[in-house]
Amino acid sequence: MSTAEFNVADRLGQPWKKPPFVKRPWLRWTLLIGFLVYLIAAYLTIEVNWSRVYEGLERGKKFVLAFTSPDFTSRSSDIWEGMLESIVMTVASSVVGIAISIPIALGAARNVAPLPVYFICRGIVAISRALQEIIVAILLVAIFGFGPLAGFLTLSFATIGFLSKLLAEDIESMDKVQAEAIKASGARWSQWINYGVQPQVMPRLIGLSIYRVDINFRESAILGLVGAGGIGATLNTAFDRYEYDTAAAILLIIIIIVMALEYLSGIIRARVQ
Amino acid sequence: MLRLEKLVKTYKTGDQALKAVELEIPEGQVLALIGPSGAGKSTLIRCINRLVEPSSGKVYLGEVELTGLSSGALRLERRRMGMIFQEYALVERLTVMENVLSGRLGYVGFWRSFLRRFPQSDIDEAFRLLDRVGLAHMADKRADELSGGQRQRVGICRALIQNPALLLVDEPTASLDPKTSRQIMRLICELCQERGLAAIINIHDVALAQMFVQRVIGLRAGAVEFDGPPDGLSPDVLTSIYGEEDWAATIEEVDNEDDEDEAAV
Repeated sequence: MSTAEFNVADRLGQPWKKPPFVKRPWLRWTLLIGFLVYLIAAYLTIEVNWSRVYEGLERGKKFVLAFTSPDFTSRSSDIWEGMLESIVMTVASSVVGIAISIPIALGAARNVAPLPVYFICRGIVAISRALQEIIVAILLVAIFGFGPLAGFLTLSFATIGFLSKLLAEDIESMDKVQAEAIKASGARWSQWINYGVQPQVMPRLIGLSIYRVDINFRESAILGLVGAGGIGATLNTAFDRYEYDTAAAILLIIIIIVMALEYLSGIIRARVQ
Repeated sequence: MLRLEKLVKTYKTGDQALKAVELEIPEGQVLALIGPSGAGKSTLIRCINRLVEPSSGKVYLGEVELTGLSSGALRLERRRMGMIFQEYALVERLTVMENVLSGRLGYVGFWRSFLRRFPQSDIDEAFRLLDRVGLAHMADKRADELSGGQRQRVGICRALIQNPALLLVDEPTASLDPKTSRQIMRLICELCQERGLAAIINIHDVALAQMFVQRVIGLRAGAVEFDGPPDGLSPDVLTSIYGEEDWAATIEEVDNEDDEDEAAV
């Protein structure tokens, strides 16, 4: 069955190599060497002020040592309040964000939505992803003032971009035939989504949602730095006052909560496979 | 019962999958559609229930013309056409029962189906069908826990619970072992007979088709090349459908297997 062009005898006894990704050798080597040269040049442009680093080491050491004696007590009511606010922000924004994300994800999946809807939903996703959390938070703090409301809205908005995009991609890569079989039974569109699509993307939706709760909690610690409430505000105050022991306590609590969430998500994801 | 008039399907790429196919199937007839890969077998049955939109031509199911229907009316007509798929196409993360009941989606409202509260008559019928194919005890298992043959039997139940007038069957035995393939084909044909259903069965295995059906259609490059009884498939006919090959073994094998089968019964 071999083609006429191919003469086996010529190839025998010769080594075989995988065909290279870039075929033209000069282009391949130019790209490779060019990248290396750029990399070296890029590293050379980073200025390091060694005397500043030496001074900073002392401050860094104090910071790290604070972890050995975290102070949970002297600002305990502030920490407790901030933590509670962060948790409220996390839960509220995750629920609202996920609830809004699901219809947008359906709209942003090309195999489910008609073209105009697809463009609108992809547009929403793009806007949400283009605007970084901190920038949105600064804007919303300017509009709604300091406090957790701005943080809640920021995180909800960010959740939409994250979850819609990834869920839409999962919907687009689903098994078409399973969904087709439901359609062939004469199901309505809504039933088709419920029976043909939803079961296929459910594990991913649950996994992403838990991951997003995790992210929202960590973000809530950052957003406090720009005045959007939560534990971040408490953390910011602690840094401003050079109370590294209190800051260490807050960071330890955040680390523990994030690890607990990680553990929980592992258990849940194993169960919904 | 089913009539195709000058059915044409041209894909966007310019490939003409079906070239003015004319076909008429009377009530209760089981028909095998054979032909090489890419001959348009799958496209033909998908054009009937419009999972693939035909480019032109007409499809009559009973008195109703399908190609001109609105999406709502098409949905109602799809209930009368049960479909059985290659590789089963069960929704893997749903239970066997949910998969069977999904055949009733065309008859129940959204909230009922969403809450999985199907009418008792549907549930009874689902159990009856599952029992008929020997899987009633598996009702609460998830579809992906089943073996290939079991899955295809669930697929058959899903198609039958629609209470269809016509079965569209796409390569039902493509990934099954020879014994299971025969069992599945026998089951489909028996059920069609019990219920007086017409069926179009796409199938690669010529010998298997000859064993079970009353009529064979040979499709080649989107056109009907042969239409006749299964024993009309002579080596010449097979050559005209598939191209040059030594067909003696294929046909002879059928005769032998037929004898064995009868002996075994």
